[in-house]
Parts: sequence; C-alpha cells; structure tokens
Amino acid sequence: MSDGMAEWLNVLIAVLGGAIRVGTPFLFVSLGECLTEKSGRINLGLEGNLIMGAMAGYGVSLLSGSPWLGVLAAGGTGMVLGFVHAGLCQQPRVNDIAVGIALMILGTGLAFFLGKPLIQPSAPRLPAFHLGAWSDNPAVRAALEVNALFVVGLLLAPALAWFFRSTRWGLVVRTVGESDDAARAMGHNVNGVRMLATMAGGFLAGVGGAFLSLYYPGGWSEGLSSGQGLMAVALVIFARWDPMRCLYASLLFGGAGALGPALQSVGVTWGYYLFSAAPYVLTLVLMIAASSTRVRSGMPGSLAAR
Amino acid sequence: MLLALAPFLIPLTALALSLVLFGGFVALAGADPVEVYQSIYRGAFGTWYSWQNTLTRAAPLMLTALCTALPARLGLVVIGGEGAVVLGGLAAALAGLALLDAGPWVALAGMALAGGLAGGLLIGLVGWLRHRRNVNETISSLLFNYICIAVLSFLVVGPLKDPETLNKPSTHHIGEAHMLGALGDSSIHWGFAYGLIACLLMWVLYKRTTFGFAVDMTGGNVRAARLSGLPVGRIVFLVCMMGGAAAGLAGMVEVAAVHGRANTSLNAGYGYEGILIAFAARHHPLAILPMAILFGGIRAASGLLQRNHDLPDATSLVLQGIIFILILASEAVFARLARRGRS
Repeated sequence: MSDGMAEWLNVLIAVLGGAIRVGTPFLFVSLGECLTEKSGRINLGLEGNLIMGAMAGYGVSLLSGSPWLGVLAAGGTGMVLGFVHAGLCQQPRVNDIAVGIALMILGTGLAFFLGKPLIQPSAPRLPAFHLGAWSDNPAVRAALEVNALFVVGLLLAPALAWFFRSTRWGLVVRTVGESDDAARAMGHNVNGVRMLATMAGGFLAGVGGAFLSLYYPGGWSEGLSSGQGLMAVALVIFARWDPMRCLYASLLFGGAGALGPALQSVGVTWGYYLFSAAPYVLTLVLMIAASSTRVRSGMPGSLAAR
Repeated sequence: MLLALAPFLIPLTALALSLVLFGGFVALAGADPVEVYQSIYRGAFGTWYSWQNTLTRAAPLMLTALCTALPARLGLVVIGGEGAVVLGGLAAALAGLALLDAGPWVALAGMALAGGLAGGLLIGLVGWLRHRRNVNETISSLLFNYICIAVLSFLVVGPLKDPETLNKPSTHHIGEAHMLGALGDSSIHWGFAYGLIACLLMWVLYKRTTFGFAVDMTGGNVRAARLSGLPVGRIVFLVCMMGGAAAGLAGMVEVAAVHGRANTSLNAGYGYEGILIAFAARHHPLAILPMAILFGGIRAASGLLQRNHDLPDATSLVLQGIIFILILASEAVFARLARRGRS
C-alpha cells in the first residue's frame, strides 16, 4: 500500500473513531431532547445542561474518586435545570425558546463560576473498551477505543424507541406531544408529563456533558463545549424525532466534527476552520432539504402548532 | 391601574428581585452583597470614567438587540446576532481596505454600508428560509452563527491575514485616518450615536408608519394579514434585513472604532447579550436603550468586581441569566394577575 493510500486510510479510521468519540455527547443530548420534544416542548437550554453537567461531573469525580458518580451528579444537575425549564414554560405567556436561552446563559455562567477551582486538578476518567488492541497501527487503536458511555447510549437508543412504541407511558408522552386537548380529555396531566419528560431529557443532557470532561476532550475548561447542546436540537429535527435515527445522526455529526482534526493529523492544515464548520453546514443543508411548506412528518403535533 | 403600569412594573420588579437573588448568590460565594452592589454602581455609573466605559459597551448591544427585537414583533425568534456582527465586521474591514485611498467620509460610509448589507442579507436569508420553507429561524440563525465564526477564523488566519499580526491574526489595518472617532472629547465612540439613532428610527418606523402597522398585523395573525393583502413574505424579509443590518453595523463599529481590523475579537458575545436585552426590553426599540446601558454597566463593573471582591468574570453571566429568567417569570405573573383581574 502506497504512502498516500495509507494516509487516507488513517484519515478514514480517525473519522470513524471520531464519530464514536465526538458523537457520544450528541447521542445523549439528542436522545434527551427527543424525549422532551416528543412530549411537545422544545428545550434550547440543553447547552447549559451540557456545560453544567461537564463541570459537575468533573467536580464530583474529583471529590469522590469515581467517574460514574460524577456522571450521576452531572445527570442530577441536568434534572434540576430541566425542572426549572419546565416550571417556567408551563406558566402563561412564557416563550419556551426565551426560557431555553436564559437557562443556557445561567447554566453556563454558574458552571464557569463554580468550576474555577477545577481547571488545574486531574480527575479520574471514564473507562473505555480497547477494541483495537489487536492492531499495531496506533491510529486504529486510538479509533477503536470505545468509551463505556457510548455503549450505554448505544443500548439507550433502541430502549427509548421501544419505550415510545410499546409501553403505556410512551403512549402517554406521545399523546401529550400530539395534542394537549386529547391528552387532557383522557385525564392525563399535561404539564406533569412534560415536566417529567423535560427533567429526564435534562438528565441525559447532563450525562452527555459529563462525557466531555470525563473522557474526551477531558478535563474542565471554559471552552469545552462548542454548541453541541444546541446542535443536538437540530439533530433531533433531522432525525425526525426517532431515537434510532438520533443514534445514526449522532455518529454522522461526530464523524463530520472529527474531519478537521483528522485531516490535520495527516498534515492537511488548509481550511481547518472550514472543516470545523462542516457539521453546522450539514445540519443547515439537511434542515433546508428536509423542510417544506407543509408540516414535517413525524413532528409532534404540539410542536407544529407554534 | 396595575395593568396600565405593567410594561414598566414587569422589568422593574424583575430587576429588583434579580438584585436580591444575586446578592444571595454572592453572599454564598463569600462576598458582602451590599459592598458588591456598591461596586457595581461605582463601576457602572459612579464616575464620568465609568459612564464612558458603560456607554461604550452599551453601543454594540443596542444594535445587536435590534437584531432579535425587530423580528420578534413578527413572532420570529432570531438569535443570529453574533453571526451578523462577525459577518458585518468582516465586510466592513474588507470595504475599508478597498477604500484605503478614499476620503474618510467615503470610507466610513462604504464600511457602514458593507457591514449593514452583509448582516442584513444573512438575517434576511434566515427570515426567507422561515417564510418559504418553514425552516425554524432560531436554529437556522444559530447554525449561521457558528458558520460565520468559522468563515471568519478561516479567512483571518489564511487568505486575508496581515503578516504583521502574528499574535492575533487579523486583516490589514484600515488606516488611522479612517477610524471612527469619539463624541466630543469623551472616549465614547460614534458607535453609541449609531445605536441611539437606530433605536429611535426603529421606534418611529414601528409606531408612526404604515409599515410598522403592517408588521404588527403580521405579527398578530399571519393568516389575517395575508388575507387582507399584506405582502407577508416581503415584510418578513425586510424586517429581518433591518435587524441583521443593525447587528452588521455593530460589527462595522467594532472594526472602525475599536480594532481597525477584523479578527476573532468580533466574536465577543455581543450577539448573545443582545438577545437578552431584546427580551428584557420586551422587544420595544425605546426600552432597548436603558436596558443596553444597564447591561453595559454590568459588564463595565465586572472588572471592579474582580479586583475588589475576587469574583470571576462569570459572575456577570450569572447576573444576566438571573435577570433574564426573572423577567420571563414576571411576565407570566402579570399575565396571571391580568387574567384574574379580568374575571
């Protein structure tokens, strides 16, 4: 195999590995937002959940020595933020997009504020499965290090799909999302269901944030997230509110995000920033292509009514 | 009577409550709330020096707030101010370089036009996508933010880089002669006047012209507006263009009054703060002015907070977040009171 071919193969492997690595936070946030939106609410504050989760996860991991406790704590902070979001949105005349942005700012501010002492120390990280140990190629080995959280997400996606499709609670969530009136007529507490869905979604987003600080890129700093929480909202639309498609889309976005660094590692430095814009452009193009003058199929009715 | 005063009471109550909550927050962080309040006041409005600092910081915020506030009256939530600032600044810098040999008035006019046009077309596109293809304007404008920042970074470290700017890659300088000067002998640059004029103009447009009335109608009920013959698509595009042009102008001001070049300093969060201010002002162009000054003051005071009380930069973010949330919540409270009052 010639050198050029080997180089391009390395890029491909790096992109595949990056798809898993960079895609994991997308996976968790999009699954969480999928749940929230299925219940008929849109939560733009997940970026704040992500950053807050990253900070809390790192801090608790540092204090307790266990990264998994950190993950749990991160989910907990996400739940709290989700609670605030739902509580505000169910009040009259409150714009849920504005609430989302407000919580994003508050969550980010709080995380930066409380996270000051966390910038230096090194906390225990999440474990990974070294599926590439058979290879001599360091690129292959790096790419096939599948982190444990991704495996959790991999199991979560079909579980969530099954939840929506085949359980009574899933049906309740979907009914609330389709039509407030129908749900109320059936005796469901619309606000209560949305609150629970938003809190659960917030929990998952927080866990996604913990991944950023406890695995990749690892460590706590103020530049940890670059809009992944917000992109996940676009991802859910792109995935047509289907958990399994969220999984595939997360891998796609992760791969697109890994393209820049992968090319850089083989010496292609031209246009680095342009490649970093690839996932955003992809989302935009897909949103435009998938849109139409009619309501998109699969969209929960309550979201379409806005 | 309460309802008549609601537009003023809502933000005022929210602000008062925010200060109380913020006081509690800093107390938990180990600082004395009363002293913190004093520092904020001193840093923002205490001296002529701090006033100049505040007003200078408020200038771009007035313009970027319009980027969210103008489309909001149509019912659109646009958060693309950041991208419009970046694009506008870039376009203005390029125009300034193209007009290096022209007189200062021509150069400044060219830069303002370029910045406004760039920002306007960006947000106009967002509005058009929403109107024609039902693409959610919040998410598309957000995505454009990231794309614009990436394009700026690419151009500034690559094709447009001034080789002398090693530490902070930037475009070439537009020349001292073409920089936007200050008002009188203060240190407040003309950008403040731009912001002031823009908000006043928008208020006149909305309240006193048929166009403003058309916008209100469209915002109230799109189908009714369409049925009465209003060109809804054109209105959406125009309003979004105006908002984007304002934010693009803010970018031009950053280049022409502060840096003289385009670089990643354009991406300084003015767009996002503008969103906050627009909501805090309930999308009223005149209310944007005091709100922008308030938030400018908070930013101006953050340096003092850091020095005197050891409170990090993120503290002002927390205060802004608290204010934002309480303003949204107080709106809900008043809506409930209104409902009860009516029944």
